[in-house]
Amino acid sequence: MKPQVSQSAFIQAAMNPDLETPRGIVGPDGMPAPKRFSVYRNNIIVSLKEAMNDGFPAVASLVGEPFFAAMSDIYIRQNPPKSPILALFGADFPEFITKFEPAASLPYLADVARLEFALRLAYHCADTTPVDPQAFANANVFSATLSFAPTVSALRSDYPVTQIRVAALGGPQPTGGAEDVLITRPDLDPIATAFPNGTVAIIDALQAGLPFGEAIEAGPDALDLPAFIGTLISGGAITKLEYDNV
Amino acid sequence: MMRRINSLPKGVGVGYKPQHFSDILNDPAPVTWLEIHAENYMGAGGRPLAQLRALSDKFPISVHGVGLSIGSEGRLDPDHLARLKHLNTWLEPASFSEHLAWSTHDMGFYNDLLPLPYTETTLKTVCDHIDEVQDSLGRQMLLENPSSYLAFSESSMDEISFLREVTTRTGCGLLLDVNNVFVSATNLQMDARAYIDAFPLDKVGEIHLGGHDEDEDDHGAPLLIDSHGREVADPVWTLYAHTIEKGGVKPTLIEWDTDVPDWSVLVDEAKRAVAHLSPVPA
Repeated sequence: MKPQVSQSAFIQAAMNPDLETPRGIVGPDGMPAPKRFSVYRNNIIVSLKEAMNDGFPAVASLVGEPFFAAMSDIYIRQNPPKSPILALFGADFPEFITKFEPAASLPYLADVARLEFALRLAYHCADTTPVDPQAFANANVFSATLSFAPTVSALRSDYPVTQIRVAALGGPQPTGGAEDVLITRPDLDPIATAFPNGTVAIIDALQAGLPFGEAIEAGPDALDLPAFIGTLISGGAITKLEYDNV
Repeated sequence: MMRRINSLPKGVGVGYKPQHFSDILNDPAPVTWLEIHAENYMGAGGRPLAQLRALSDKFPISVHGVGLSIGSEGRLDPDHLARLKHLNTWLEPASFSEHLAWSTHDMGFYNDLLPLPYTETTLKTVCDHIDEVQDSLGRQMLLENPSSYLAFSESSMDEISFLREVTTRTGCGLLLDVNNVFVSATNLQMDARAYIDAFPLDKVGEIHLGGHDEDEDDHGAPLLIDSHGREVADPVWTLYAHTIEKGGVKPTLIEWDTDVPDWSVLVDEAKRAVAHLSPVPA
């Protein structure tokens, strides 16, 4: 009986270089062919590392290529993609970074990864039609409830995460401290806008269905309200304004 | 059920890369159709789908899946099949193709085209999967021959017998990757020309041409890697010319997926393919 190579045995050996090439994998001479098998070991890990580099360019830049390659290697072997849609690959990379000891000296790194992944998700989100900006000129606007486009998300960081990302990609050095970040997609390219710590509470309150005015009260005093509303409008963030006509 | 048959033009296409979007619309030169990797267009919206819609207004599109894992021992992922169906319905592409390979196991996706042995068991599984795909999409699909780096001692038939039987049982067509033939023939020490001569060319709905890299096997013999990162090699052009001579003109794709060059380089490759398709002046 010739040895049969199950796909389970194949993939285990392919993802673990310490395991031997499965018996039954041969060259044209019928002899075992570990170097031939290693083509697959290499292809899988190299292609997924490329996906990580494409998906997290700022993280890669912050830690440098050799470190990022080593970190990605460990991540990929522990968390292979769960879907053929590689645009979604890396969702749990921020969480992985928080537990990755060698990166502990860069406490903001996980937030940068979180931001990069949020921008990537927004890039692929469904297209929606935002409300006419004139709707915000309604005198009663603060009594309205707002619906968000799927492209909108928010995150909190103890660090100036948007600036760190920009600096990592070749921009000026970061200044300042903690940020709350609003991600919007004005047309097809998502952007991240920083606001004072606590601003995300407004988004949370709006998503919970509170009227605009009440939601704003949940935000920080330091918030530049016109700038915040301006970002919602220019970012096409609001798809519906509804008034409770009681 | 009404089955949509593939309708690519018998000219030269290229694998679409977003960095070439404007170039293609401005001056497609000899390129008459485009191919996309299905999995890059499974988001809900945004720039990828907007660009694809714009291109599909001007060019026939071939949807080429790289993640369905038709060669899996287990069942096809119903979610992924549903996504493919959605893309096919939305885009109405001129062709749909996938690979004789697997890439998914136990919920993990390994982003490579992994090989399978050719046995009665794998034949039945692959045919069942292709039946499921064609029933779901309501169209004929093309199945691509793989590039091989190794063999399985358990295989009980050769690749062409396997592919021929798949087409007979399922009614699917074939996508003949001529570079894969050259790579496999070199790696497994077979005659590439004899492979083409034995191939059911009447079932071929599309040809692929791409570049490969060179390495060595366990004994220092040449081992070619199907990298899609450079120009098509000269012996592959020769094999392509032989294929056309024997099987007639087929829609032909230039694939270049890594280290993607400027549009002009792809156009040069496309022109070289066009030269093979044009009748020789008397």
